[in-house]
Amino acid sequence: MDLYLETLKEPTKWILKVSGEIDAYTAPQLKNKLIPLISENDREVQVDLSDVQYIDSTGLGVFIGALKIANEKGATYKLVGLQKRVKRLFSITGLDEVIDIDEEKREEAK
Amino acid sequence: MSEVLDYIEMKLPAKAEYVGVVRLTISGLASRLGYSYDAIEDLKIAVAEAATNVVEHAYKDTVGLMGIGCRVFRDKMEIIVSDNGQSFNFEDLQKDIGPVNPNKPVQDLKEGGLGLFLMESLTDKVEIKQESGVVIKMTKFLERDEVEQHVDGIRSTNAQHQ
Repeated sequence: MDLYLETLKEPTKWILKVSGEIDAYTAPQLKNKLIPLISENDREVQVDLSDVQYIDSTGLGVFIGALKIANEKGATYKLVGLQKRVKRLFSITGLDEVIDIDEEKREEAK
Repeated sequence: MSEVLDYIEMKLPAKAEYVGVVRLTISGLASRLGYSYDAIEDLKIAVAEAATNVVEHAYKDTVGLMGIGCRVFRDKMEIIVSDNGQSFNFEDLQKDIGPVNPNKPVQDLKEGGLGLFLMESLTDKVEIKQESGVVIKMTKFLERDEVEQHVDGIRSTNAQHQ
């Protein structure tokens, strides 16, 4: 029931690797890490969710908040590597229509 | 009406760190009752949404308790999540239920408000009562082929076959 967050800087973008479960308890940790990352002008951030097994509306809320800030700052972020169950929640809520989600597993970047 | 086979109850502090405990307990129970992998995952999210509601809204200044009750039937499970909070904003909970509208400007999207929509999407029936606090009852059927499945969670056929 823990969340692990790791930030990597690549030449053209930042990667936030998220592992574990995103719920009411851990969502604030994600928020504290993600918001500063996307609060820079023209920043490109890739959020790797391939090791996230669980997410609920608290986690979805963090990504909605991040989208607003990214829009304000002219930054962009993309979610990659979503597991089927996690992807399903973005689909049910319609968030896959507003958030950039990469369907492909991020094999080549590793 | 089918009869209640078992009743399981827990009371936990209404704190965010216990939402995961509720989720895993429901997962274990649903697994024992024979629910499918997908149904268990749906139940985990639905119960976490209800518990999160209690944690975030029920108690303003003090940490109260959240109560989780599970009524087990032959063909379904009812999960009842309750608080004894005085300040739960029932109206707020019911406002703007639904998925995200992709035509809305991003700045108008709400960070909250998806919880009840998810409960309704991921279980077969959600009932909300406001008494001294708020009580949310969710029903999930064991054999999904008895029920027509709708993504919006509205049950359209009579599930009582006997």
